[in-house]
Amino acid sequence: MAGSEPTAGAVAAPDTVKILIAGGFGVGKTTMVGSVSEIAPLRTEEPLTVAGLEIDDLKGIEEKRSTTVALDFGRITIGDDLVLYLFGTPGQQRFWFMWNDLAVGALGAVVLVDVRRPESSFAAIDFFESRRIPFVVAVNGFHGEHPYPAEEIRASLALPEGVPVLLCDARERESCRDVLIALIDRVIADVTLGSGPAR
Amino acid sequence: MSQGDEAGRLVRPFTLTGGRTRPSRADFTLITTVTAVDPPPERAARPQPEHARILRLSARPVAVAELAAHLDLPVSVVVIMLCDLLEAGLITARPPRSVSGAADLDLLQKVRDGLGRI
Repeated sequence: MAGSEPTAGAVAAPDTVKILIAGGFGVGKTTMVGSVSEIAPLRTEEPLTVAGLEIDDLKGIEEKRSTTVALDFGRITIGDDLVLYLFGTPGQQRFWFMWNDLAVGALGAVVLVDVRRPESSFAAIDFFESRRIPFVVAVNGFHGEHPYPAEEIRASLALPEGVPVLLCDARERESCRDVLIALIDRVIADVTLGSGPAR
Repeated sequence: MSQGDEAGRLVRPFTLTGGRTRPSRADFTLITTVTAVDPPPERAARPQPEHARILRLSARPVAVAELAAHLDLPVSVVVIMLCDLLEAGLITARPPRSVSGAADLDLLQKVRDGLGRI
């Protein structure tokens, strides 16, 4: 690394941290990013022929040459010296080899769940649980409606003890903010207990 | 990426990197911030157009993922060009802040307070 000393006349680079917004395809990840981000969500696309260089098996990807993995993200400036980035993870399972890179160094994750098809978020829950990355589950209500109480959803997802379950509306800034604060509280609790976010 | 030119885009980015497909350094994560060195080193060669674009976009600190989005290029391609710029002394790079223990509670509290203000 070239170091972090500010050069003459330059603005000092801020510290950066990130949170992942995960969950099944079409569950509202980009909507959530957009609701709290100070900028319109940005998108980068990685051609799979680049991103998948270390993957031997590309079976099932018929249009190899034109397949891209899109990553949507947003930004929240916490202060002059600290910026938080929110990354929506690719929803389709076949792109999960990207998740390891994404997960490295993340403060934690929000797993969005669609009550109409909760099974689409099972894999995301497994992913963060197995890597001991702190996460909260946020149930995104269809049209903001929540037919099931949080405890019922917790039971149906077989969540480990201590994982918070929140009902949210991914379209609402305050609702998404509260989910992120719940996640940070969870991370603080982990760190305080000394277990720390494992990598 | 606009529709219809995917094939073209897959070829073109690697002409920007001299055919290399792997970064020579693993320093650049999605949220590593890069800043153009100002003024540039006296003996620096004139940068290629895409490199010059990166230098303009990084006049103020900017994260790698943001650079890629603004350039409409894959992160993997941008990282290779950033390696060139770093080696040429034209940019500085700041790694993300890691959070691993109780020493980082202040940082976490700062994030929490910041979220409370949005």
